[in-house]
Amino acid sequence: MKSFNQLKKNLKLDFSGKKVVKIAILGDSATQFYSQCLRATGFDSGFDLQIFEADFNQIEYQVLTPDSELYKFQPEIVVIYQSSHKLLLKYNKIGEKERLSLSDDRISLLDRLVDSIESRLNSKIIYFNYTEIDDAVFGSFANKVESSFVFQLRKLNYQLNEFALQHPNFFVCDISSIQNQIRKDVFYQASIYVNTEMLISIDALPFVAKETMDIIEAFFGKIKKCLILDLDNTLWGGVIGDDGIESIQIGSLGIGKAFTEFQYWIKKLKERGIILAVCSKNTESVAKEPFEKHPDMVLKLDDIAVFVANWENKADNIRRIQSILNIGFDSMVFLDDNPAERCIVRENIPEITVPELPEDPADYLEYLYSLNLFETVSYSAQDGERTKQYQTEAKRIIEQDRFTNEDDFLKSLDMVSLVEPFNKFNEPRVAQLTQRSNQFNLRTVRYTDSDILRIANDNTFFSQTFTLEDKFGDNGLICIVLLKAEDQDTLFIDTWLMSCRVLKRGMENFTLNTIVKLAKEKGFRWLKGEYIPTPKNQMVRDHYLNLGFEAKYGFWFLDVDSYIEKECFISKK
Amino acid sequence: MERSQVLEEVNEIFKDILDNDEINLTDTSTADDVEEWDSLTHIQLVVAVEKHFDIRFKSKEIQSWNNVGEMINSITEKIQ
Repeated sequence: MKSFNQLKKNLKLDFSGKKVVKIAILGDSATQFYSQCLRATGFDSGFDLQIFEADFNQIEYQVLTPDSELYKFQPEIVVIYQSSHKLLLKYNKIGEKERLSLSDDRISLLDRLVDSIESRLNSKIIYFNYTEIDDAVFGSFANKVESSFVFQLRKLNYQLNEFALQHPNFFVCDISSIQNQIRKDVFYQASIYVNTEMLISIDALPFVAKETMDIIEAFFGKIKKCLILDLDNTLWGGVIGDDGIESIQIGSLGIGKAFTEFQYWIKKLKERGIILAVCSKNTESVAKEPFEKHPDMVLKLDDIAVFVANWENKADNIRRIQSILNIGFDSMVFLDDNPAERCIVRENIPEITVPELPEDPADYLEYLYSLNLFETVSYSAQDGERTKQYQTEAKRIIEQDRFTNEDDFLKSLDMVSLVEPFNKFNEPRVAQLTQRSNQFNLRTVRYTDSDILRIANDNTFFSQTFTLEDKFGDNGLICIVLLKAEDQDTLFIDTWLMSCRVLKRGMENFTLNTIVKLAKEKGFRWLKGEYIPTPKNQMVRDHYLNLGFEAKYGFWFLDVDSYIEKECFISKK
Repeated sequence: MERSQVLEEVNEIFKDILDNDEINLTDTSTADDVEEWDSLTHIQLVVAVEKHFDIRFKSKEIQSWNNVGEMINSITEKIQ
């Protein structure tokens, strides 16, 4: 990781062309270095963070005063850092009874702060959790004394998580975990605190800024979606082609343990929605053998969405995986024990993330934990189904080869779609799709769970979500259209996005037929569309043109009265 | 280590942290002589010097120096 000093040099570079995001930073200790470090870290991730930094120790004033600088600034993100150190100073001064409610009181203060922000801004809140301080007044016995600082601090971190569960726009930045990782004496330097009121040491700043940045990137859809794995000496010890299935190292003995535990980690990622792919220099049947027959393998063939084993160049194989999955290289991570392979992949596909795995497989996990590669800002129970969906997609591709006529193929799929407005059941998936979709996304507006709820109750909006199911399986909710009444004649298409899994299935036609029908029913004359270009949504540049919209005043218009229903092979469920 | 060598190494640290190749410190240099040297960058300098010489200054020392010479004195005391 770059040092603070190296990062600071970014501040003199040209930020033009980077994504502008307005961020407010409020702290109960000095935050100047943190602000600089965050802006500098943002530069490396393609962001121009415009930061408003409140004067020292003004959190309550800024948040609770309606016309404060905070509200004038109108940030998209508010970062709040209330430190453990200041909490301890407060604790020192109060009596036993108040000590017992230290955590509860902090949570009720937080409740007021978050309420106030949410009533005045439509912004996301990033709140630092509390790094541990053991004031050693009770020793380990503190864990049996409810009024001890240690007890209250740990309770507070737990209550913070519960608070986060209740507030969709509130996100905890886990700096407590960073302190565990880099050690307390690195995180905090008393001499610097005494002289400056700064509680995060210069060495810890890049870690804290990165953790914050990971969350910010996830807000804007920059997340990892796929993990590509080498096999020999990455998933198991030894070389399957040479050593044979009896001799590879996996299981509960010796170094085998390390690989088993590593596989459990990968399995958890898969269950939480990360797509797994294999890219190995091997004969395919040999490479698959452990997955099928080895009793200690945690990962099974079912867990792998795309399995590529051959003797070709790995960069080419990864390109093949990418074309099947249809997601950006920048959302992929490639793990390989061989430095030469890593180097080839990195040189040929610079966007992909290729961690420098440590030489000793026993160190893989701790190293990968420290990188925090898989930050996210949403999770829904269906995420675990994703691998299955990509596997069925691979089957569809094979089926398609049997047909020479595209229409015959589409007809053979028996496609049905369930069309529904936003509701409390689909809200997490809807929010997630608005955050994840980059390619088939006309305006790339991101919404959080709470935005979706707000829109669902706003009668100037009309929302439509679409699922797509066929004889191979259910793709789930894959398309969202959000319409806003601009005037009594015009419906503006605020959002039209679709998962790339269902490209070329006629879903665009079905969607348009559906929303034209809705527009007519509600008495509108025009559908008005807009394409806002991003580096990633080239594929929909001519979307409205292709669907018969006419260009006017920089927008696209469709007269719903003269619309002729488009052909498609999807029926309404 | 010779005192002059300490000064030379401190000078290099100042150049790097303050991102200014023209810095030429002497014992009598003060923050007024170096444009980028303010109370904030002072902390960065202190931490960088600590790391470079593998020493820790006392909290009191950090704001006590009247010029570079006094800072060098603190360093040489610790690395002797």
